Amino acid sequence: MDMKVKYRLPSLPKQAVLDEQDQALITLIQTGLPLTPTPYADLAKQLNLDEKEVIQRIKNLNETKVIKRFGVVVRHHELGYRANAMTVWDIPDETVSELGLCMGQFDFVTLCYRRPRRLPDWPYNLFTMIHGKDRDDVLANIQLLAERCHLDEIGHKVLFSTRRFKQRGAIYR
Amino acid sequence: MDVLDRKIINLLQAGFPLSEEPYLEVARQLGIEERELLERLSNLLDENTLSRFGPMYDAQKLGGAFSLVAVRVPEDDFDKVTEIVNSYPEVAHNYKRDHDYNMWYVLATDSPEKIAEVNSDIEKKIGMKVFNMPKLEEYYIGLRLPV
Repeated sequence: MDMKVKYRLPSLPKQAVLDEQDQALITLIQTGLPLTPTPYADLAKQLNLDEKEVIQRIKNLNETKVIKRFGVVVRHHELGYRANAMTVWDIPDETVSELGLCMGQFDFVTLCYRRPRRLPDWPYNLFTMIHGKDRDDVLANIQLLAERCHLDEIGHKVLFSTRRFKQRGAIYR
Repeated sequence: MDVLDRKIINLLQAGFPLSEEPYLEVARQLGIEERELLERLSNLLDENTLSRFGPMYDAQKLGGAFSLVAVRVPEDDFDKVTEIVNSYPEVAHNYKRDHDYNMWYVLATDSPEKIAEVNSDIEKKIGMKVFNMPKLEEYYIGLRLPV
């Protein structure tokens, strides 16, 4: 698997300053961008703004990371990634950021979060979502992660999903 | 899905131009007509290969909140508990996983306070402890896979 080029440094979420027009734009495009030759001009017409302003506002939303990513959102399952496992790791607090950044580089890792332990019941503090074509492929990817990020001594559990009950995109406002 | 569809998806997972005719720009990069790109995107969305074409928001920056919550549900109660938990509109996903902690749901609410409220309501209704595990730090959220 390819390595991603850059580390992305973690940042704490903070509230962005959004005006009414930003809110209206956010609501309008949350289900998708128009599939027309001039999508931004079409949005502008609906919002009573001009095209340049719509483009500038989307640019700002990108820069302030209100929009994490702009592009296609794929359904993994339909694209042949039929297996995924939430893999959880019990990593000393001093090294969790370093190892999290290492794991986040691999393109089969789609989520990599630090979460609180719930002792004594739950010791794991780093959560990764690992994808693969099938279960063996997922396990091979986890093995590769452990080798590359030196996780041999780190306790972990692999939780395959067995049923999915509900999946909806979050709707805002 | 053919080779061109895959090329389109891989290119558009990386982002989308903010220009007057963005589809034309992408089509040129792929060496195809704009009309063909629009048709293929529309088909990929219709057949549900793509769930969306547009922005992915950071809910927390919009004032909303997300949390992952785990529950240890006895196998015999699993269906009953699932029904109760899924009846909450704030439950965005719910997965059964093969572990002692076998139910994992994600809450998406419009405020951080609401997370605790919904969880305590769920605890009362199902009569089991739920373990709230909100994100503390994010090392990467890619959701980009080569196809």
